[in-house]
Amino acid sequence: MKSTKTILAALAASLLASGSALAGDVRIMWYSDGVEGEVMQDMLDRFMKANPDINVTLDNVAYKVIQEQLPIQLASGQGPDIARVTNIKELADHWLDMRPILSDPAYWDANFGDTLDWMRPDGSDAITGFMTQLTLTGGFVNKTLFEQAGVEIPGDDATWDDWVDASAKVAESQQLAGAFVIDRSGHRISGPNVSYGANYIGEEGLPAPVDEGTKTFVTKLVDWTANGKMLKDTWVAAAGTTYRAGADEFINAQIPYYYSGSWQVANLSTKIGDAFDWVATGSPCGTAGCSGLKGGAALVAIKYTKNPEDVAKVMEYLSSAEVVKEFSERTLFLPAHKGVSEAGGLKWQTDDKNVGPTLDKFVSASGKVLPAANALPAWKWASAYYGALVTRVSQVMAGELTLDEAWPKIDQDIADKVAEAQ
Amino acid sequence: MSSGNATSSRIGAAFAAPVTLAASLLNVPLKAWQKLTGNNGMAAFFLAPNMAIFGVFVLVPLVMNFVYSMTSGSGIFLGDRNFVGTGQYARLLECPNYLNPRGCREDLFWTAVHNTVLFVVLQVAFMTVVSMITALILNRRIPARGFWRAVFFFPVLLSPVVVGLIWRWILQRQGLLNFVLFETGFEPVDWLLDRDWAFAATIAVSVWAHMGFYTLILLAGLQAIPKDLYEAAEMDGTRPARVFWRITLPLLTPNLLVVIVLSLIRAVQIFDEAYVLTGGGPGTSTLYLTQYIYEVGFASLLRNPGLAAAASILMGAVLAGLTLIQLQMGRRGERKGKR
Repeated sequence: MKSTKTILAALAASLLASGSALAGDVRIMWYSDGVEGEVMQDMLDRFMKANPDINVTLDNVAYKVIQEQLPIQLASGQGPDIARVTNIKELADHWLDMRPILSDPAYWDANFGDTLDWMRPDGSDAITGFMTQLTLTGGFVNKTLFEQAGVEIPGDDATWDDWVDASAKVAESQQLAGAFVIDRSGHRISGPNVSYGANYIGEEGLPAPVDEGTKTFVTKLVDWTANGKMLKDTWVAAAGTTYRAGADEFINAQIPYYYSGSWQVANLSTKIGDAFDWVATGSPCGTAGCSGLKGGAALVAIKYTKNPEDVAKVMEYLSSAEVVKEFSERTLFLPAHKGVSEAGGLKWQTDDKNVGPTLDKFVSASGKVLPAANALPAWKWASAYYGALVTRVSQVMAGELTLDEAWPKIDQDIADKVAEAQ
Repeated sequence: MSSGNATSSRIGAAFAAPVTLAASLLNVPLKAWQKLTGNNGMAAFFLAPNMAIFGVFVLVPLVMNFVYSMTSGSGIFLGDRNFVGTGQYARLLECPNYLNPRGCREDLFWTAVHNTVLFVVLQVAFMTVVSMITALILNRRIPARGFWRAVFFFPVLLSPVVVGLIWRWILQRQGLLNFVLFETGFEPVDWLLDRDWAFAATIAVSVWAHMGFYTLILLAGLQAIPKDLYEAAEMDGTRPARVFWRITLPLLTPNLLVVIVLSLIRAVQIFDEAYVLTGGGPGTSTLYLTQYIYEVGFASLLRNPGLAAAASILMGAVLAGLTLIQLQMGRRGERKGKR
């Protein structure tokens, strides 16, 4: 009897202990493109030193986990307390509105107001998180390969055709595997589509059928793949909406031109080192403009958290101007904080001479983003559009469908997704 | 010596004591249960833990999956989803010509079905033939026979993801195989970017990864064939090919059937190696049914859990059919054995 009481007492004590440990726990689900996981851990260590009652755990996961597993967790009312995500708008119903618990919501409105709408349900004034970085899609050029080939790097107003032709000359001269690569992603080809006049958003905010702008650029892309100018490895060698980056091909100097985005800067700088000179090019032009696509990763609070106050404290710390500035300088990300951007004077922490001009180029290219592209980050059906595009276009590239067969299938896929969600 | 024995028995008794205690504690209620319910009740008692696990981890998910297949929506909880009856099945099965997947309403599903059927037919055929040849060789008195048996069985121990990664490194454009081809003066080949080569690669890798297991089954069958039959054939001067067709193959048939059915069931479920190796590409040429279900259910930007559930129920029905065939064959074998 006595031993039973002892066991019960021990059990109760351990339950209480585990309960009290949970009270100050905040878990962050985080993925990294470059070094930002290490930088974030460093900052969180400082936060925990100053706030010993809050224990923050940074779970570093693969991007695939964020894309595939987090939505399932959220749909079942589970998940971490905070997450770094890119599918910001579609999942907005799962984010926590921190406005009532933030000490200074006006600070957030003033400094993150331009992007808050990207991460909250339509018509809401919720503050659910902030962008850890602003990104812009754009190209990178291997200057060394162009110099070796004696081909002039196309200028700011060069079209996609100009870039592909110039890169093809370099590839031929230097006996490279291909002229260029675009990441296998519907998001990545959407800036170019808009540059040729595409508009995805139709009546009442619902997806519009595939238009001439999209058809024009996609047709070019398919032709460039068929004639070997675009390396097949990224787009053709996978099915469905699987994401594949072409960064390794550029890093290994297999292609002279790579279209991706500003988030690759740290990755390229780290891996290329001084192997060759490279720089960003902005987005090549189409008939309607020279648009990239803005976006980025947001750090959002999850509404299923059991410790909203602690989550808000962590978010307030991470969104403070000093932390944002240091994070941007160390990760080589463009800050989304208005105050930090306007104050300027960011000291990029790198010895790589390629990084400064590259980031400057992205900043200047952001002024060329067309309205139709600017609307996409805050549009609920963007992911559906991107998914349908990448699935069907890669089938065309693999020779399974013709373009004429692909267009109605893209429209049908998007319509199915809309119908399923409503 | 005797003191050693005494120590061992003391240690044994110390270890056995808790078991004995537990058994004696259980004895009373079990006796009462037996008295109350008889032998059938005892059987139910001992089966209960297994049935509970089966129920929680197999039966309940199966039923839930079936219910999900009757719903639509983006919610995970059934309460958040709309009941659509057989709508998802109708959508999957809507097709003017099943032989032309591109014309079907869910063309990716039917492409995956076509790919899977072709994969199953070719993979099972190759698997059976290669395993048979390997077993016949390993059954002979060759040098280092034990080593070779281990070598052929080793891939079975590898994780399918590891298998997929190894072969991707070998077969990718700048992989080991192309390096060897280039160094020996041949043109490199886009193994994973060409539709036919990529499809063949998934079959070859799958056969490589699993043949060890089936070889073992056939080897066991070969060793069970009485040696005197071969001695008699040798004395009669029978040619080796005739010995194979008249003695080895007929007596190995039960094992061969097991190999065919097991590899058939496994081939229908192909996913991990192929997914890591090709990602379903080029295009959809290696998109198999399990990957389709995974993509539509969980991974795709166009995910649709209800449709994925319906596809998995259809696939489950096919697998259940194959399992029934296996059971039928097993029973027929047992009956033959009794005769």
